[in-house]
Amino acid sequence: MSQAEQISRLKQVVEDLLHEARHQGADAAEAGVSAQTGLSVTVRLGETETIEHTSDNGLGITVYFAHRKGSANTTDLRPDAIRESVAAACRIAKHTSEDPAAGLADAHRMARDVPDLDLYHPWDLDADEAAGIARDCEDAARAVDPRISNSEGATLYTQRSSFIYGNSHGFVGGYPTTRHSLSCAVIAQQGDEMQRDYWYDSSRLPAELAEPAAIGRRAAERTLARLDGRQLGTRECPVLFRADVAPSLLRSLFGAIRGHAVYRKSTFLLDQVGEQIFPDWVRISEDPLLPRGQASAPFDNEGVATGYRDLVADGVLQGYLLDSYSARKLGLQSTASAGGVRNAGIASSGQSFDELLREMDHGVVVTELMGQGTNPVTGDYSRGAAGFWVENGEMQYPVDEITVAGNLKDMFRQLLAVGSDNDIPGSIDTGSWLIERMTVGGD
Amino acid sequence: MSQTTAIARETLLDTPGLSEAHLSQVMDRLLSRQVDAADIYFQYGRLESWVLEDGIIKEGSHSIEQGAGLRAISGEKTGFAYTDSLELSRLLDAAGAARAIAQAGQHGARAIAGSGTPPALYAPINPLDSLSEIEKLDLMRRADAEARTADPRVQEVIVSLVAAHDIILVMDNAGQISGDVRPLVRMNVQVIVEQGDKREQGSSGGGARQALDFFLQDDRAMGYAREAVRQALVNLDAVAAPAGMLPVVLGPGWPGVLLHEAVGHGLEGDFNRKGTSAFSGRIGEQVASPLCTVVDDGTLPGRRGSLTIDDEGTPSGNNVLIENGILKGYMQDKMNAHLMGVAPTGNGRRESYAHLPMPRMTNTYMLAGEHKPEEIIASVEHGIYAVNFGGGQVDITSGKFVFSANEAYLIEKGKVSHPVKGATLIGNGPEAMNRISMVGDDLALDSGVGTCGKEGQSVPVGVGQPTLKIDQLTVGGTAA
Repeated sequence: MSQAEQISRLKQVVEDLLHEARHQGADAAEAGVSAQTGLSVTVRLGETETIEHTSDNGLGITVYFAHRKGSANTTDLRPDAIRESVAAACRIAKHTSEDPAAGLADAHRMARDVPDLDLYHPWDLDADEAAGIARDCEDAARAVDPRISNSEGATLYTQRSSFIYGNSHGFVGGYPTTRHSLSCAVIAQQGDEMQRDYWYDSSRLPAELAEPAAIGRRAAERTLARLDGRQLGTRECPVLFRADVAPSLLRSLFGAIRGHAVYRKSTFLLDQVGEQIFPDWVRISEDPLLPRGQASAPFDNEGVATGYRDLVADGVLQGYLLDSYSARKLGLQSTASAGGVRNAGIASSGQSFDELLREMDHGVVVTELMGQGTNPVTGDYSRGAAGFWVENGEMQYPVDEITVAGNLKDMFRQLLAVGSDNDIPGSIDTGSWLIERMTVGGD
Repeated sequence: MSQTTAIARETLLDTPGLSEAHLSQVMDRLLSRQVDAADIYFQYGRLESWVLEDGIIKEGSHSIEQGAGLRAISGEKTGFAYTDSLELSRLLDAAGAARAIAQAGQHGARAIAGSGTPPALYAPINPLDSLSEIEKLDLMRRADAEARTADPRVQEVIVSLVAAHDIILVMDNAGQISGDVRPLVRMNVQVIVEQGDKREQGSSGGGARQALDFFLQDDRAMGYAREAVRQALVNLDAVAAPAGMLPVVLGPGWPGVLLHEAVGHGLEGDFNRKGTSAFSGRIGEQVASPLCTVVDDGTLPGRRGSLTIDDEGTPSGNNVLIENGILKGYMQDKMNAHLMGVAPTGNGRRESYAHLPMPRMTNTYMLAGEHKPEEIIASVEHGIYAVNFGGGQVDITSGKFVFSANEAYLIEKGKVSHPVKGATLIGNGPEAMNRISMVGDDLALDSGVGTCGKEGQSVPVGVGQPTLKIDQLTVGGTAA
């Protein structure tokens, strides 16, 4: 089936669903349908280890009877399963409570035209070709150093998806996307010590993926750098979150300004819109319309048109991440954030990674974070970490089995610099974060 | 044929119109190259969830997950394809894609002796229908009221109730067909409390492979509500946790997440076959203090982590992992067991038909020791007593693991004193296990809340342990 045929088939499914919902008495309804196929090939120690053909369908429907809501979803798109799902959603809506905030997003906010964001670049390769690319990647990793003694393999994954969202305002929109990734994880051994690390790249376009050998070498170099790690004595000191772990700090911010956390008062950033939460040079934005962007979308999960916006400007929180429900609960307007933040980034303060090391003089560079130790209500932060000890502006030796702790409110206010070293894959654009002072737990 | 297998056959073969002859045709296609082993896994899944918030029933959702996964194994190579349709033509297509992993030629499939289906560890019921809608929502409203009346500082209550009904059928290359009907229920109460300008959260819940009236028994649902409020109020008063190496006493039950992270994952067969675990090649060695005996037991009736058969049709087992500190064995699925020359242990699990099986834990716990919990606390001059945890994580290669306390207290001069804020604990698995110096006589299992993630696949698990003391562990507080 061609992509165009698939899109029109999915459109028909959505229209049938909305029709069926009205037939069963719903006042309003919204539905999303997706179909995805992919190929994942893993090569380990030079041999093909797994070939997975993925094929996932999904359908979700929400019906509203006045302000009572019911939802259903299914991986099975045959007519029986669709009828069962619509009936289940309608049955559930008879039991949920009247909730004035429940309903579709406002009709006038629907995306009027859906720009082509250039997200569909299929990669026609068979399992042997995929294995060849993965093998080149793993071979390069294993060739870096004799201490690279073992491997978890390299995986090439390519997928193409189509999705359609529609609702009873008459909005129906959708588009095809592709995603390709190549990852590699290897193990280094030195005496009794074993360390593992990985690297990857992902892209909408096959041609924009990093060279397989470059990904493999970076995986090996990251793994070797961990050998000979030691614990540190417990202390307070500056902490530099390297660019590859810095996105987790932005995700903590996004979690705290999510509309649902705000109306539940379960966030440490309650009532902070218009307040200074970062130093005045900090700008954090999202750009959902970025061509070929990894999280790009012309409309959000409710059909609301998306667009560029600043979340933090001059260090001041500009607004929350609102879908129509949380917006109504807070007496505000949707920010087209149903489904989350898209292509977020923090502007660099200009320093290279080496300049950040010199600026911090001494402290810990964090290159790995473990565990979920953040309390979203209080902002208390405590996580396992590994990285490097820095003295006189230079990395001295690897450290591991340490903790870094503080409070996110303080960490945001004590952000000294964001590096220009934003060479990391993924949809969040950030360099390394230098934080003035945290508690490092060790021996 | 067991009642369970009969239900599975009816749902997954008879209803879509598949006969044994059809299955043989699909299996023959899977085996038409140099394939050592193969299986076809059918799944019918239904899930229903309800959410109460702001005192009203805010959301309800129904989910269908249905399809078949086909796997062909040749040496260390695996080919895999799946389909959400149970039509014969789609199954044959998937079989053709999965077998492409193997070289063309005659197949040499191992005939594995059938193990027979063991007695079911849970009733083959549909928990979605086990209470009426009115009864489900009434239960949630009563939990909400219980939390709100427990303390005036309670500002927000979120109650969730989930029932899942999974029916699976697996056919191996010897033609053996095994089925399982797996009910699973889960309830949770989360509260936000406010005192002046301080806010805190607390959360409590439970679950089992039972009907929903599990939550009506023994006052369970109301207990979750009171426990969530108690936890949140304790945390309102918490002071900064210490930072650095300290003696740590872990309470009984859910803190057994220690074992799941510090040793459990490292003893999964795939990592050990590949030599990537800190425990690789160490069978027979001392990997924990002699006070430690750790088992993975999938045979506990009705528990969240239990399975009558695993997702490859192997009966689950009560497997000793560590006995008096000595490493006894790994957890295995069929493929890794074969490659390591040992028997499968009933730990081959998968999230769904759309995922490959791999060795996973079931209910992992430490057996009781001899000390009274009070003696253990009294033995600590200055340390931490941690009784509730969030999640954890492990790097199985280096052995480093973390788990995050969300209810903990200082121990001063042998007595439990102030509550301290949540903090991450970090250690090295084998080192931490060797530093266990006291084990209590109060073994408890968790209340049925655990979900384990590995390579992107989630499965329900259980953990448990008695009160125990680790002489030194790094505590990630802010009070340096």
